[in-house]
Amino acid sequence: MGSPPGGLSNSLRAIPEIHAMSHSVELADVGMSFGDTRAVSDVSFTVESGEFFSILGPSGCGKTTILRMIAGFLQPTAGSVRIGGQDMKGLGPDQRPTAMIFQSLALFPLMPVWENIAFGLEARGMSRPDRRRRAEALLETIALPGFGDRMPGELSGGQRQRVAIARALAVEPQVLLLDEPLSALDLKLRQHMRAELRSLQKRTGVTFIYITHDQSEALAMSDRVAVMSAGILQQVGRPRELYDDPETPFVARFVGETNALAGKITQSDGMHVGVETAIGPMKGRARQPLSPGQSAHIYVRPEAMAISRAGDQEPASPHTNQTEVTIARLDFEGAFALVHGATNTGETLVAAVASTGLSAMPEVGSKAIFRFPAEHGMVLADG
Amino acid sequence: MGELYDRFGPALSTGFVALVLMWLAGMVLAPNLMMIDYALRPNLTPSEIGTAADGYTLSNILYFFGEDVHLAIFFKTVWASTLVAAVTLVVCYPLAFWLAQTATRGQTALVLLALTIPFWINEVLRTLAWYIILAFRGPLNELLLATGLIEAPMRWYGDGGVLAGMVYAFILFMLFPVYNAIESLERAQIEAARDLGASTVRIHARIVIPHAKAGIATGCVFTFMLAAGTYVAPALLGAPGSRWFTQIIYNWFFEGGDWNRGAAYALVLLVLCLAVVLVSLRVARVSLADVAR
Repeated sequence: MGSPPGGLSNSLRAIPEIHAMSHSVELADVGMSFGDTRAVSDVSFTVESGEFFSILGPSGCGKTTILRMIAGFLQPTAGSVRIGGQDMKGLGPDQRPTAMIFQSLALFPLMPVWENIAFGLEARGMSRPDRRRRAEALLETIALPGFGDRMPGELSGGQRQRVAIARALAVEPQVLLLDEPLSALDLKLRQHMRAELRSLQKRTGVTFIYITHDQSEALAMSDRVAVMSAGILQQVGRPRELYDDPETPFVARFVGETNALAGKITQSDGMHVGVETAIGPMKGRARQPLSPGQSAHIYVRPEAMAISRAGDQEPASPHTNQTEVTIARLDFEGAFALVHGATNTGETLVAAVASTGLSAMPEVGSKAIFRFPAEHGMVLADG
Repeated sequence: MGELYDRFGPALSTGFVALVLMWLAGMVLAPNLMMIDYALRPNLTPSEIGTAADGYTLSNILYFFGEDVHLAIFFKTVWASTLVAAVTLVVCYPLAFWLAQTATRGQTALVLLALTIPFWINEVLRTLAWYIILAFRGPLNELLLATGLIEAPMRWYGDGGVLAGMVYAFILFMLFPVYNAIESLERAQIEAARDLGASTVRIHARIVIPHAKAGIATGCVFTFMLAAGTYVAPALLGAPGSRWFTQIIYNWFFEGGDWNRGAAYALVLLVLCLAVVLVSLRVARVSLADVAR
């Protein structure tokens, strides 16, 4: 793949802060309709200046529509977009202090690399020698010195990625918009580029708004993440908050792996609640008081689930839930394994076990106990 | 060739190849060879055929180069055909861009259908329609008089009429290649250019036109060749001052009765058109293979 690991971050260290200023982006009650179809409804959030902000959601959730409204390719049908405090109403993409990196990268295939990078400067009327100089400096920045006269088609995926970044940075945007730019790369390179993007963002101080459907990408790179579903903003928070304290059932299921058990609230004592599920009463933690009788789910992360051999039941405690299962399957994933346990009511619970502890696991087909602490059972009302 | 035989078997493949060769030999090679043969022989009476006078000579071609009026009409034809190609491009490019990048599928289908329907009618009749439109007491003059744009009817037959008739006749031959070329341009490239601050003119000059260059060249070559070789439009819509070179050729064949000299003129037109096309493709850095695609 011809992209030296660490090259971008190392060479960037020598580059002075080129973007001392960056802008915040505020969306207030933004909505977008295409004919009768509402793509986005009532979305409000504020991206702080200099933040790495991700918008996460499945395909078709409206995240790309939001990005295109920030870029100026679409004008919202409701609400307002403000960048650096300025209302962007009616301004096209060429009039906004944003630059976009497209999913396909959209490099100009008939121009050599340096002209690609300098295209925005050409549009601003900079002279050819000056453009060339700027392009060469940016090529240094992205650790591709001497690549100026190559054509984009001659570069590897990772190199093209960097050229697209340089082309966007050349116009010194206050806000960089990234539309799943890593999705075309293979896993190793993608992980590498995540680190590069993160380091680039920290070094330049430019506000990044990053679109992705890959939750691990969003969690790994972002200062904060907005989770979207079906055109509606579900939750905005730091990656840990989304993972440990989801506000909606969608976020609980979409961000990370989770076990979900349906039930009814039996008792509620502030944040501590009891849920009657098909496999018996469970104790969990709610983020707001719930009333008995409400239907709800209790969500448990696989890594919060501990496994012990059948017969090792602990005495019932107010702080722990346990249930007997039959080990149905074991998916080995490398660093850890996912152990699927079937309850006697036919539901499947998944526990993640570090590979180092696999030898102590019960055999597939044998009985076992799945156990999780009440504080790791997140209870959210349905609906 | 090997792939053809692998896929369709020997019998069918031999059939295909034979058909193509027959087509090439019968429809392309033979008429051209006959034309060259005619062009290089003197025009003889039946009794002279087979005598010493019946040999190859360049006299027909040399005669053309000695005729100032014919030379002038020839170069005017080449120049005017270039103009037809250019005007057709200017007319088609915005439409092709709109169809390829902006229009919905329904709009594209509707417009292409509307443009194709007139081509189900014979070229002579389509040109006759323009003959009517451009007539001295025709609808165009009526309209311009009624709107007060002109005070007396204009004579449209002549260079202007020929140009209009040809642009109309060849519009699809320009539209389709340009449309196909622009359609294959990824929309994100236009958006990226816009996002980087490029004006509409710059987007077209730097992104769209370079991408569509082969399609534009194809359309121009088609249109140029058709224009240089057409007879109907100048015959119907022309005036004595707007004679086309094909009319001279026609006259040698059917009025002068000198097929040999007519063939020589046709040969000159063919060779020079070919030269114009090859040189302009070289200048535009488009290969003939791109045009054929």
